[in-house]
Amino acid sequence: MLVGHQPKEFLLAVEALTVSFDGFKAVNDLSFYVDENEIRVIIGPNGAGKTTVLDLICGKTKATSGSIQFRGKELTRMKENEIVKTGVGRKFQNPSIYDDLTVFENLEISYPRGRSVFGALTFTRDAAVRDRVHEVAEMIFLKDRLHMNADLLSHGQKQWLEIGMLLIQDPDLLMLDEPVAGMSVSERAKTAELLNRIIKNRSVLVIEHDMKFVEDIAHKVTVLHQGQILSEGTMEKVKNDPKVVEVYLGH
Amino acid sequence: MTDNRFFNRSELIGILVLAVFLVVVLPLSLDVFRLNLVAKYLTYAFVALGLVICWGYGGILSLGQGVFFGLGGYCMAMFLKLEASSVENTKIQSTPGIPDFMDWNQITALPFFWKPFNSLTFTIAAIILVPGIFALIIGTAMFKRRVGGTYFAIITQAVAAIMTILIVGQQGYTGGINGMTDLRTLKGWDIRPDHAKIVLYFFEVGCLLVCIMIAQFVRHSKLGRILVAMREKEDRVRFSGYSVANFKIFAFCIAAVFAAIGGAMFALNVGFMSPSFVGIVPSIEMVIYTAVGGRLSILGAIYGTLLVNFAKTSLSETFPELWLFGLGGLFIAVVLAFPNGLAGIWGDYVQPRIDRLIASRKSKPDGWTDSSVADGAPAE
Repeated sequence: MLVGHQPKEFLLAVEALTVSFDGFKAVNDLSFYVDENEIRVIIGPNGAGKTTVLDLICGKTKATSGSIQFRGKELTRMKENEIVKTGVGRKFQNPSIYDDLTVFENLEISYPRGRSVFGALTFTRDAAVRDRVHEVAEMIFLKDRLHMNADLLSHGQKQWLEIGMLLIQDPDLLMLDEPVAGMSVSERAKTAELLNRIIKNRSVLVIEHDMKFVEDIAHKVTVLHQGQILSEGTMEKVKNDPKVVEVYLGH
Repeated sequence: MTDNRFFNRSELIGILVLAVFLVVVLPLSLDVFRLNLVAKYLTYAFVALGLVICWGYGGILSLGQGVFFGLGGYCMAMFLKLEASSVENTKIQSTPGIPDFMDWNQITALPFFWKPFNSLTFTIAAIILVPGIFALIIGTAMFKRRVGGTYFAIITQAVAAIMTILIVGQQGYTGGINGMTDLRTLKGWDIRPDHAKIVLYFFEVGCLLVCIMIAQFVRHSKLGRILVAMREKEDRVRFSGYSVANFKIFAFCIAAVFAAIGGAMFALNVGFMSPSFVGIVPSIEMVIYTAVGGRLSILGAIYGTLLVNFAKTSLSETFPELWLFGLGGLFIAVVLAFPNGLAGIWGDYVQPRIDRLIASRKSKPDGWTDSSVADGAPAE
């Protein structure tokens, strides 16, 4: 009997995932597993399929074959908004915020309540919403800019705002696409601090090119190359892998 | 504070000014004929109001609002036509008791879909539900498949064209190109004399104000902000857990229902309904009214509608051939120079001056007040 010997439950299990665009396999037979409370960083050269992997998990792109299981639920057959409701949050590469709305309103829209048409009509900005928005705004260093229109924020602040919009959703799996790209050195340090604070009690999947930043945060690193896994393991192990050095870290 | 779920203080003032203008100023200064013209213009204001929500806020450009205007108008006209076609009124026909155009088209019995329109309750429900459900079907078919932008606009144009062809082609059931004319009474009350026109005008203004309040409520709800968010970053909204398609369908449906109420008012106030208010040209004209008034401003769209129609009446009386060119030119000018229309000009140039004037009157400066009409930012 198998009593006491159950297979380990992964938060996210990607298996044999393939997507092909007109015959070009952007992601090819990819399998990887993310544990609860793990920070996984995906690195790889341009065109390796990193963003496509995130697109597949959050439902933006439909897989050609393979499976993505999140807490035992098959994501490949779900709609984007249903995937969000199971607890997957996604930050885009370019800060994707609502320029015409204030910082407060940006955060409020991401508050996980009143997501249906009727719910949105009857949504009230009560104390719970207000407190949570203020709490998150403080975390993302935008406490004193709540009533500013979002288009007036700097690039770094916009990135933080989008991270804040995800925080307010409180996802179990947070996916970040190049969260520090285009940031100044001081903003980068603040972002690392922010990420280290928000990763508690959730798993994070990050795409990043900044190796210093990756070393700071990663528990485990997956190196993608041409839609397949080139290497996987701790940063130390990956750094010393001759294949990785050749295609990616070497230059 | 007077801020609530419907309006903030400056919007309240704006709505009150409009109400006074429509309820007091216009009836006192215009004769019945001109007032009835205003009533006709205001029927388009309902359409413009819907377009503000759908196009201005939601970013969904519909070039087929005439379809919904027509559906509402025809529902109302069918009821009025049946009432005007009583057996005594139509005893010279070969089949008395059916509308005259049916008789001319050798139809000998009232078609089944006409029968429920004997009931006013059914008619009122139909005015809301028929266009609402039709918009729901089109919206679901399009938005669930992520058809949007220009493609959606083109499809609404096609629907408008189809609807006109259908109405003109099915002469026996719809009155064809002439439409439904000779509408006389509403539950026995004659809608044609001057005093009836005045009553109907006030009734229409009342309905318009109610629709304005509904639009204000939608705008100030979180749904209004989601529409703005969707217009800018559709994917972000989708990946924040919302079904973007459902929100688009809602915006499209509410615009359709407003347009239909306008159409019903048209049948009542003007006394007929014809396919010339359904097709592509009227649908585009309605978009122009909204653009001129300001597609982000509920009140702006109403003033825009009134202004363009006043211009249309006076100019087309004097230069009938030039009017359409004028309208086209106006649209291009607005899009190029004043993308937010009259409301934008008001918010950018007039309002700040008024504010400054008020501020200078008061001895202590109390800072700038956020009161631009076009801005959707609700106070917290």
